[in-house]
Amino acid sequence: MSNDFSDLRKGMRARVIAVPEHNEFAERLQELGLTRGTEFEVTQIAPLGDPIEIALRGYRLCLRRSEAAGFQIEVLP
Amino acid sequence: MTATSTTVPLVALVGNPNAGKTTLFNALTGSSQRVGNYPGVTVEKISGTYTFEGSKFECVDIPGLYSMRPRSADEAVATEVVEGRGESETRPDLLVAVLDAANLERHLFFFSQLAEQDLPMIAAITMTDLAAKEGRPVDLAALERYLGVPVIAVVAHKGVGLDRLRAAIAGELREPSTRARGLDSLESQVDAMSERLARGGFDVDRDEIRRGLEGDPDLANRFEEMPEFLVPFEEARASLTKPALHDAEARYAWAARVRTHVVKGRPTPKQSRTDKIDRVLTHRVFGLVVFASVMFVVFQSIYTLAGPLMNGIEWLFGKLGDFVEPQLAFSPVLQSLVVDGLITGVGSVLVFLPQILILFFFIAVLEGSGYLARAAFLMDKLLGWCGLNGRAFIPLLSSFACAIPGIMAARVMPDPRSRLATILVAPLMSCSARLPVYILLIGAFIQPQFGATWAGIALFGMHLVGLVVAIPVVAILNRGVLKGAKLPFVLELPVYQWPKWRDVWMTVFSRGKVFVKTAGTIIVVLSLMIWALAYFPRTSETETQLKAQYAALSPDFQAQVSEEHYLSEKLTEQSYLGRIGRAIEPAFAPAGFDWRIATTILMAFPAREVVVSSLGIIFNLGGDVDEESTDLRQALRKATWPDGRPLMTPWTAVGFMVFFALCCQCMATLAAIKRETNSWKWPLFVFVYMTTLAYLAAVGIEQLGRWVGGSV
Repeated sequence: MSNDFSDLRKGMRARVIAVPEHNEFAERLQELGLTRGTEFEVTQIAPLGDPIEIALRGYRLCLRRSEAAGFQIEVLP
Repeated sequence: MTATSTTVPLVALVGNPNAGKTTLFNALTGSSQRVGNYPGVTVEKISGTYTFEGSKFECVDIPGLYSMRPRSADEAVATEVVEGRGESETRPDLLVAVLDAANLERHLFFFSQLAEQDLPMIAAITMTDLAAKEGRPVDLAALERYLGVPVIAVVAHKGVGLDRLRAAIAGELREPSTRARGLDSLESQVDAMSERLARGGFDVDRDEIRRGLEGDPDLANRFEEMPEFLVPFEEARASLTKPALHDAEARYAWAARVRTHVVKGRPTPKQSRTDKIDRVLTHRVFGLVVFASVMFVVFQSIYTLAGPLMNGIEWLFGKLGDFVEPQLAFSPVLQSLVVDGLITGVGSVLVFLPQILILFFFIAVLEGSGYLARAAFLMDKLLGWCGLNGRAFIPLLSSFACAIPGIMAARVMPDPRSRLATILVAPLMSCSARLPVYILLIGAFIQPQFGATWAGIALFGMHLVGLVVAIPVVAILNRGVLKGAKLPFVLELPVYQWPKWRDVWMTVFSRGKVFVKTAGTIIVVLSLMIWALAYFPRTSETETQLKAQYAALSPDFQAQVSEEHYLSEKLTEQSYLGRIGRAIEPAFAPAGFDWRIATTILMAFPAREVVVSSLGIIFNLGGDVDEESTDLRQALRKATWPDGRPLMTPWTAVGFMVFFALCCQCMATLAAIKRETNSWKWPLFVFVYMTTLAYLAAVGIEQLGRWVGGSV
């Protein structure tokens, strides 16, 4: 079952299963390491709900949920 | 390619934002830095020199990049410098790739793209101390085999590794290494081939593969005897082609493989101390409380700490004027040029310096400690919906003290489009120089008629006007005006640490220098232009005639208005500026402004600080009045049109205040925008849109007042 970034809560782990094509935001996010198959964990959520901070590839990145729209992810147990 | 005694080799520092590039650059070049601009874009060109073993090296700090595939004009300039494609840019002779040991995978992704540049290269690894402390030490020898370039660990702020880096740079320039690099490096090829062979069901020792690729005939001989090995071996060799520049997946696969080979320890960072601090500082209640307190301290410091310093500078320039004035008595034109034009002009530049230095001190401390990123993290949602982002908060907040440091502070925003949007609306925030106008007019028209409560509400309202107007302005700018790719808002929350004081002082110093040098020149030139308009035409007879006119006036008038005040009013009236004021009176009539207000607006173009003293001159009270002056309040209330109607109703007064809240009567702001955007287009745009808005608002308020019933 696939989810997207709006489903994420603090402490959840997830894996990217599909990235949107022809999407400039998605291209930049991939260059930052959010490629297909990447696993990450939600480490922080800003007090107003967005942006969120995720740990991936040994570092942490804050991004807006809306700008990662189109990424399909699966939440890992 | 190689360094000779006649040419100074150019070394470029390249890396991701936050790689520690700037600290390394500062440590390498010390105080020899120059700040310039690349043609046509907002990014700065920061370069410097150093000497090593008697030879000079030129060093340039390339703006931070995530990828060699640029998304914005600013990124394009940075990649063009690396590729030597930029206008009037010479190609660097050597690249120093700055890689963060604590965030190796992402930095290796970028390295893989850089490695394909046909330039000598060195990898400088920063934050090795941090990575080791986190229990993830980097095996530098193994990394060197994977990267195919010399790897030097540096801890720049402690000076560790700098001389080794300088020696490696000199060595590579003398004799560039011919090793294959990045994805092509021997180690990476061994990886790829052993994977490829393993997929075919063959388990071959890595050492054996390495020897084979290096030309050892053993392996090839072995494969010759066993064709089942030979086919995948040849296939593997053939399949070792580079992925496309934009193939993030393939490049990250390489980066991840390298990392697992060179970094021992846990794959996710264990930032225990930082996490603990963040539990408070990004908490949904405490985080916001701390944030509000920090911002209060910053704002109060700019607002109040700078005050006495600014008064001191004004006092000093006043004294300088007083001292110079009698020395130049032989020539009234020269006297006025030097005292009213030059000294006042230079003073009006330097008066902004305390605010700029204080704000940049705080920004450098907040940035160096890691809190600046948290501030953006906390505020992003609040600013995001109107098209800005969290990083705009500090520039906009500081603009309530003064737009100039605010505009300069927008450089904390890496996304050029949001940065420009922030710069363009920062002057709408109600700066402290508008306060005297509000106090004067509220004191003259609101408080006497409506009481202190409404006076307070009016003062608060005037501070809100610009903020409320800024929201639709940003929305329109984002829809229609600003071009260029939109970038996703991304942010890294760095590990908390003590600020590096050397970097803090260098930031403060270089910002101050840039402002005085570049914005200052423009401000002085414009001050002189306005001075000339307000002084000429004037001959030696003009004053004699005016004095005779004054002597002929009734004793009643003479008792009310001194000769000096009469002269300064008449001289202003007959100057080019006064004539223009009269000429544009019809344009301001719908706003209820007569030529006197129009001339005041013109006189206040260089700086809205002079509004009150200009009104003083125009209303025969001399230029020494301040906003608390009861005489000036009286004069404004009593002023009439030639037909006897009162000049200002409370509506007109509100219109006048809103005009000053929205207009851009501050050439220092325009000069700062010119400096920061590297183009005259944007200051012109700001001036036109703000003046138009101000005019329309003033007209709207006056017309509404007349429609509702004239004087309330």
